[in-house]
Amino acid sequence: MASNDSRLRIHKEDDVTYVEFVDRNILDEANIQRIADEITGLIDAEASPKLIISFANVDHLSSAALGALITIHNRTKQKKGQLRLADIDPQIYEVFTITKLNKLFEIHETAEDAVASFA
Amino acid sequence: MSDSRSQPRAAAHVSVPNDPRALQAVKEEVLAAVSERAYPEAAAFAIRLALEEAVQNAYQHGNQSDPARTVGFEWRIAEKSMTVTIEDEGTGFTPGVVPDPTDPERLEIPSGRGLLLMRAYMTDVQYNDRGNRVTMTYERQAP
Repeated sequence: MASNDSRLRIHKEDDVTYVEFVDRNILDEANIQRIADEITGLIDAEASPKLIISFANVDHLSSAALGALITIHNRTKQKKGQLRLADIDPQIYEVFTITKLNKLFEIHETAEDAVASFA
Repeated sequence: MSDSRSQPRAAAHVSVPNDPRALQAVKEEVLAAVSERAYPEAAAFAIRLALEEAVQNAYQHGNQSDPARTVGFEWRIAEKSMTVTIEDEGTGFTPGVVPDPTDPERLEIPSGRGLLLMRAYMTDVQYNDRGNRVTMTYERQAP
């Protein structure tokens, strides 16, 4: 599949992989599945993945998107990797609070803070 | 279904195929009608999220992603409140037996948060006895 089909912007710096969403709304089930598959591929490609997912561009997400993030979290944990979420708008952060997923994910204000948190 | 490019209807009753594009068109019309009533941004965020969850439940869990089935919508958007009803052709479910997804033991389970979000963001969420029709109301708070 051509890389320009991706709904993600991905770049790597040292041993850290940065992921950003192209779309402002992470709602569409088919898109969410593609995003989850792509990020899972990034995790599987690393022996000990260090991944930062930035929500800087995101205005809306659904429970299906949260489900994909949980799957990504579980996969990272299986590989003894480290996952950080960053740049989450207060309105979106409230969704994490309501679902108590702020207790499951390690969330940082900025990607810079997230990088500094890696062991 | 009306032409989605025309003026969004403040009140309507429609039935559309259980197809993501058809469902998307109805969601957009409802949200456009909300936008026309100048609901605050937080209200629009809440309604979009709850609508997304309810329609996804109807499409996937109720209608089992079957394109031969339909989803019925009824909405009324007024200055102070909006109500939307979504009905699928599934066998229904019992909302009271849905496990609490915020239970620490269940946090790593990827599914089961839609109903929680609908209830958190809307003023009222009611199911019929069969559990295949949900009515959600959002009441605007006084400024």
